[in-house]
Amino acid sequence: MPAQVITITSGKGGVGKTTAVANLAVALAMEGSKVVCIDGDIGLRNLDVILGLENRIVYDLVDVIEGRCRLKQAMIRDKKLPELYLIPAAQTRDKSAVSASDMTRLVKELRSECDFVLIDSPAGIERGFRNAIAGADRVLVITNPEVSAVRDADRVIGILESEEKGPASLILNRLNPALVKSKDMLSPEDVLDLLAIELIGIVPEDETVLIASNRGAPVSYDAKSRAGQAFRNIAKRLKGETVPFMDLDSQGGLWERIQRLAGRK
Amino acid sequence: MTFFDKLFGKKTSANSAKERLQLVLIHDRTDLTPAELDSLRDDLIATISRHVEIDAQAMQIGVEHDGRSQRLIADIPLKPARRKSRKTK
Repeated sequence: MPAQVITITSGKGGVGKTTAVANLAVALAMEGSKVVCIDGDIGLRNLDVILGLENRIVYDLVDVIEGRCRLKQAMIRDKKLPELYLIPAAQTRDKSAVSASDMTRLVKELRSECDFVLIDSPAGIERGFRNAIAGADRVLVITNPEVSAVRDADRVIGILESEEKGPASLILNRLNPALVKSKDMLSPEDVLDLLAIELIGIVPEDETVLIASNRGAPVSYDAKSRAGQAFRNIAKRLKGETVPFMDLDSQGGLWERIQRLAGRK
Repeated sequence: MTFFDKLFGKKTSANSAKERLQLVLIHDRTDLTPAELDSLRDDLIATISRHVEIDAQAMQIGVEHDGRSQRLIADIPLKPARRKSRKTK
């Protein structure tokens, strides 16, 4: 079966695109899929450090496009998961080195090679973003429950609609259930009501995400992390499985934690 | 949000975020600024008034959203038709 090509984008920077791509790639590969992820952020590459592969880069995306190497040579194999590959962005070039048709051609070549191609889009709505969505079958828009991130997500969703790339699915990242409860954070219902697109996952705010990035081993590996669980659930949904949404409220009280430890919840 | 804020019925910050976003998104999606909406309203009043008498003061015009599509909603009360007053002696 040809690969599903999925682009993750957000409009606003810093909402978790790269983290999401790394975690979904790891989660899909852990489930046995062959995954190639592409860092689309030419000049500001980061997916390599999040995946812990920064020391293995020889060739990059622009080298492939400009014919200095074969596609296979630019695919860096992951340290732990033999079915996970990264095509890094060029660091010393800018977005003009790549065109939308270059990306479409590259993705077409990858389709027969793997099960999933995940593309990490740069922030913004300019050329880099357009390149990142050019070859996509499906687009995931990621946002935070925060006014500027939601506004930018809405702009991106609008552009995807007019480019007939839709319907996009939403990942709501860094949700803080305690703040939602005290009504100091937009709830998932609020965000869905505003953006009016399908939800594919909610990732709770979780310090294990930062710790995992520090180590270059995405949080999807961490069986105990709630954010890791949320990403693994999204990966399952991408594969077409029906997974119920996590109960985010049960984070708080001591009694509930004891119940959870005792396996009663 | 403190207990006292809630006690005195202060609007929650999540609520202000949502309400502000609702307005901002309508303008982002339609490219229609409040000023343009006002001028549209004036044009509408002028046009409709040429055909029928309306209560311009009570007229409401706004953009509502239904999923991802936007709708221009105008509520224009008509004034009751005035009978030509018969001259009394």
